[in-house]
Amino acid sequence: MQTYHTKEAGTYQHNLYPDERGRFGPFGGKFVPESLMTALSELEAAYLDASNDPGFQLELQAQLSTFVGRPTALHYVPRFSQMVAPNIKVYLKREDLAHTGAHKINNALGQGLLARRMGKKRIIAETGAGQHGVATATVCAMLGLECIVYMGEIDIQRQSLNVFRMKLLGAEVRSVGSGSRTLKDAINEAIRDWVTNVETTFYLIGSAVGPHPYPRIVRNFQAIIGEEARKQVLAQEGRMPDMVVACVGGGSNAIGMFYPFAGVLDVQLLGVEAGGTSLEAGQHAATLVAGRPGILHGAMSYLLQNGDGQVLDTHSISAGLDYPSVGPEHSYMKETGRATYVSANDATALRGLQALSQSEGIIPALEPAHALGYLLEMGNRREIPEGSLIIVNLSGRGDKDMLTVAQALNVTL
Amino acid sequence: MQTTNKNSVQRRHHATILPATRITHAFERAQNEERGILIPYFMCGYPSAAQSIELVLAAATGGADIIELGMPFSDPLADGATIQHAGHVALERGMTVNGCLEIARRVASQCAVPLLFMGYYNPILAYGLERFCQEAAASGVCGFIIPDLPTEEALPLQQAANQHGLALIFLVPPTTSDDRIAQIVKTATNGPGGFLYCVSLTGVTGSRSAISTHLRSFITRVRGYTKDHNLPLVVGFGLSTPEHIAEVTNYAEGAVVGSALVNLIDQHPESQQVEAVKKYIESLRKR
Repeated sequence: MQTYHTKEAGTYQHNLYPDERGRFGPFGGKFVPESLMTALSELEAAYLDASNDPGFQLELQAQLSTFVGRPTALHYVPRFSQMVAPNIKVYLKREDLAHTGAHKINNALGQGLLARRMGKKRIIAETGAGQHGVATATVCAMLGLECIVYMGEIDIQRQSLNVFRMKLLGAEVRSVGSGSRTLKDAINEAIRDWVTNVETTFYLIGSAVGPHPYPRIVRNFQAIIGEEARKQVLAQEGRMPDMVVACVGGGSNAIGMFYPFAGVLDVQLLGVEAGGTSLEAGQHAATLVAGRPGILHGAMSYLLQNGDGQVLDTHSISAGLDYPSVGPEHSYMKETGRATYVSANDATALRGLQALSQSEGIIPALEPAHALGYLLEMGNRREIPEGSLIIVNLSGRGDKDMLTVAQALNVTL
Repeated sequence: MQTTNKNSVQRRHHATILPATRITHAFERAQNEERGILIPYFMCGYPSAAQSIELVLAAATGGADIIELGMPFSDPLADGATIQHAGHVALERGMTVNGCLEIARRVASQCAVPLLFMGYYNPILAYGLERFCQEAAASGVCGFIIPDLPTEEALPLQQAANQHGLALIFLVPPTTSDDRIAQIVKTATNGPGGFLYCVSLTGVTGSRSAISTHLRSFITRVRGYTKDHNLPLVVGFGLSTPEHIAEVTNYAEGAVVGSALVNLIDQHPESQQVEAVKKYIESLRKR
């Protein structure tokens, strides 16, 4: 039944995409209502203009330094390394140490400054785990912009702490009760708001998803993760890593980490998706592992869908990975073989979280815990050669997940 | 593919003209009668597959000139709460792309009103563009309205639609720049365009109490680009009352009513819905 031919993806070409149509090979594009086409063109023009403006770059760098706290450390974790495999070195890129506790702030700050430059005073955003909502509310408070965050009813229940943080920061949190009442429906509702208020409103999207030019803008604001890690690993180890690992939901932390390494073909790129409770339909969010190309939220990309093209419900222990599609550049990296995508289930993520906490004194968020848990599994399968140098993107800290983790471990707080 | 006797009669009847030409004929008939055309919208499978067929037929009896058949999608990002709900119910009750095609076949076998599918791109893509167009044409459908398919992405579907004589109808919202209106008209006229769907407001579908005061000047602006082409203008989004229809058809060739019909259906028990829809369509046509 599939009419889609992925052969056109070809071999991986670094720095070539997205093209003028917003495509990464066959993926990406602008599948949105006509009312947004002009806004997307204006956004693209404003972004290119800002990219070439030294004044904008200077302000972004200054805020990244003093407000966000960059650069974040590249930290060697010897005891965790030993748990994975003998005689290997695992480094963590400490995005958990960024302001607000996750990588999301890099992109929220960049787009917030862009919105102000465009004269837009009303910011809308979607959030799943609440991390992007908190980051957006934080930046809006700092820049004096109105902030409205759409969040699924179910996510509001399981991330009540982040909901309170957003409100404390002065944002309005709007509950979304349609569809599966999670991240995908929050994006639908944010897009509906944008369609309605397009002339006054800036949609500050939180992952490398959505219509062109968002996947490019988000990638470029997040690429600072990989750029720093490249310099740091060369300074600390004198060589490129053998493998770079990141968790993938929408894929913004992963693309930010992968992209600066992608031109170095010796560096293996490994994305770890949420395997949920099983790889049965509706039980996971492993889009690149178990989906097929389709269109959601304005982009052609891998998509979890049924035979009739309806988008499937997803499940993950981590709200931040609970999304049925993925950024189009990851689909391109998968199709060309430049990156490899696998899945780790809920239990594996929990093991990864506990292992890092107990061996290194760092409690990771459940999202990057999928990457950590998968590494432990690879080690058990003896898939990691001695002498390997590995960087894991520790995209966020685990404080927000303590209720979920306690529940999963049958602990009453 | 299923073929009923009635169905093949219907197909023979229309065999000599392209599906999209039937849309043009509907506009010509209305023009001869010096009135605008009325296009009601019904969600396939809402409130049930069987009942949606009866409601469409009631609208045809009531005087609908063209009928839009909504194809439900899990993530309808251009729709307001009313159509979202109808689509959600239709999917819960098992509506599929095949089910929508079957509804079109059944309707086309019983009435001659041109049918349009209105739905999102992914289910069509998953079904296969060529297969979908071929089966839609064979089911009595004359064209498509796809709200998440702007001109830049429309070529693959438009090529498949053209091969089967189907119209791909584009939407034009009021915030569209002159350059883009020109581009949309140019793309629409690469095939049998049917008509241009002018969106009355900046926003998603759903009934509103009043019509934007800028609508008339917006339509005039669009007309500047369509006057050299045989591309009628139809207004949709937010229309619900006979007064709305009367006003809009003063300066456009037609009007669409969607969410108001879903609301009407919701206000009546199933046994009274057919009569209510027929009377409502008659009330809109009277003006």
